[in-house]
Amino acid sequence: MNVRLARWSLLVLTLLSLVLAACGSQPTTGSTPVPTAVSTEPTTPSAGEEFIFGMVLVGPINDGGWNQAHYEAAQYVVEKVPGVKFIYIDKVNPADRPNVKVEQAIEELIGQGARLIITNSAEFADGTNVAAAAHPEVAFIHASGDKVLTGEAPPNVRNLMGRMEYGKMIAGCAAALTTEAGRLAYLGPLIDPETRRLVNSSYLGARYCWETYRGRPAEELAFKVTWIGFWFNIPGVTLDPTKVANDFINEGYDVILSGIDTTEALVEANKAAQAGKRVFAIPYDFKGACAQGEAVCLGVPYFNWGPDYKRLVELARAGKWEPAWEWTGPNWSNLNDPDTSMIGFVKGPALSAENAAKLDEFIAKLADGSLNLFTGPLYYQDGSVFVPEGQVADDKTIWYTSQLLAGIEGQSAP
Amino acid sequence: MKRVAVLIQPLLALVAAFVLTTLALLSTGVSPLEAYRLIIFGAFSTPVRLSDMIMLAAPLLLCAVGLSITFTGGLYNLGVEGQMIIGAIAAMVPLRLWPDWPPLLLWLMAALSGAVGGALWALLIGVLRRYAGVSEIFAGLGMNFLAGGLALYMVLGPWRRQTSASLSGTDLLPRELWLPTIDRLRLAPAAPVIAVLALAIVWWALTQTRWGLEVRAVGLNPAASERLGIATARRMAETLAACGALAGIAGMLQVVAVHHALIPNISSGIGLLGLLVALLSRADPRWLLPIVVAFAAFTVGSIQLPLTLGIDSAIAGVLQGALVLFALATRARQ
Repeated sequence: MNVRLARWSLLVLTLLSLVLAACGSQPTTGSTPVPTAVSTEPTTPSAGEEFIFGMVLVGPINDGGWNQAHYEAAQYVVEKVPGVKFIYIDKVNPADRPNVKVEQAIEELIGQGARLIITNSAEFADGTNVAAAAHPEVAFIHASGDKVLTGEAPPNVRNLMGRMEYGKMIAGCAAALTTEAGRLAYLGPLIDPETRRLVNSSYLGARYCWETYRGRPAEELAFKVTWIGFWFNIPGVTLDPTKVANDFINEGYDVILSGIDTTEALVEANKAAQAGKRVFAIPYDFKGACAQGEAVCLGVPYFNWGPDYKRLVELARAGKWEPAWEWTGPNWSNLNDPDTSMIGFVKGPALSAENAAKLDEFIAKLADGSLNLFTGPLYYQDGSVFVPEGQVADDKTIWYTSQLLAGIEGQSAP
Repeated sequence: MKRVAVLIQPLLALVAAFVLTTLALLSTGVSPLEAYRLIIFGAFSTPVRLSDMIMLAAPLLLCAVGLSITFTGGLYNLGVEGQMIIGAIAAMVPLRLWPDWPPLLLWLMAALSGAVGGALWALLIGVLRRYAGVSEIFAGLGMNFLAGGLALYMVLGPWRRQTSASLSGTDLLPRELWLPTIDRLRLAPAAPVIAVLALAIVWWALTQTRWGLEVRAVGLNPAASERLGIATARRMAETLAACGALAGIAGMLQVVAVHHALIPNISSGIGLLGLLVALLSRADPRWLLPIVVAFAAFTVGSIQLPLTLGIDSAIAGVLQGALVLFALATRARQ
């Protein structure tokens, strides 16, 4: 009998600890209130009055990165366009919401009256297409995807992405200008064409500025990528970005570029700097990302989705929706104009004035077209040709980059 | 007197669970009535939500049915989650090896392969228990981690997408290999049919056959059963294998009917939820289906909570967990 009792309590304790562990691992969204007071009657918005658009986000809206940039862009639209309402479901990923698929989240948003749906992760491509096929009357934007380009998307889907390649080139340049060790590290998310082309862009920017402004040969620049496996940390599933960042620092890399949605690289570099090390970081995605480590932040390349979302919300409301695959560049005359530039770069407090001037010179060359870093000859890691000598890579070649470039250390393709 | 107690105890647990959840809801400042309306009836409000609920209930019922066998046999199979994962991986094997074969044949092979995979994985727990003296609770938990690691390895390694390495999962299966699905509803009718069929078979086996009688005897008192000539160890192994097979089929359904790919979190906590169902039902087959439907409905209904009330959908988990805890507590007084 005692044995039974013991086993029984063992079971209850184990279950309890499992439940508690599950609760503990939930990343909290903080207490950001839902920006809407949606009434609960389902479907059919009262004709024409209010245009509701909804967003499905892969991570939390306050991640200081990719998802926050999307969330704030939606707020921008609400501010600028009268008569629109914004609703969203965030943290739609198998770790945070194991039994919610993107189709379900979209369904809920449409149920609340959304007539335009934005999904913000490459992982949502298939689910977005399925939901779009089921709701031909609703407009869809799959951000960062390319299913319209490949012809696999239903006609009510558009793709939208920013030419972050430029932002990453600028980031790479800032890193190369600052490093003393000549060792740059890139905290990579998962491996796909998008993340490969962004690593390559960072490397190209870094190599150019290393050779041009530092006057050092490319062989003396170490550039290493470690992929954690997803856009953000999922305990027990991905590599821990905090640990990866610390490994970089311990291996003597003195600038860490982040390619993930969250800010671990900056936070860890800041800690190391406070402990007396000379380490810098360049976060990613969100204009305000430097705030989590001003002292070590060289700057941040960020997405400014607001203007494009505003344009597309107006397009959808006017009923002029058409399929399109868009890859929007920066406004070179004013990178940081919140109303026109999709891609921006904010210089961080840690960037020296001298280097800031060189960086401006680099940006000016990109802006006037006198410098195109995707000019051949460029080689992949395995020695095969990415861009032949004398040619410039076209959009499709860049979009579908199949390997990291020669000179980069790290896993290139699966 | 006994009859009254049988009715009062679950009622007491129900009330206590709702009081606790209500307190949690009040602390967030939302109307508990509105929240309960969504949690309890939300899943029945539209045909799509209803079918989402059914597609969650199907694997959940399979796991709960499997667990009711091991509970009857006196074993706590916490490894059910891992058995589901191994079932999903095993089910992928024929689908990836011979995608051109007739779909019907492939589904049968996937189900068989999933069931065998889950059963073998479960038997390992039996082996550890019998020959290494490891409690099946801990053996099961440990093997869940192992299975999860294996799924990760398959997704990132041999079965990764063509040009990428992402933890989001393998490439989608070819459309013809999806279990036939009503697109508008995302409902694969075969899934609930399989689950209910499994419930019927297990119910019959446990209550109407000599094998079921022996399993029940082993569950009540293994030592006495052994003395009466029942092959106790064998029966225990059989219950584990049966549970593992059903969990494996649940994993197979996750692959061919829900996710249409192998994802790292393919079991999605359904096995553990099944454990709660089995505990709450006291492994009584009559209660499995209603509790499964209720739990699946809570989970699906709560998806609306963040949208409409601005609170986290985890509150459904609080309600489910509280129900089980209080049910256990009231029972412990016996």
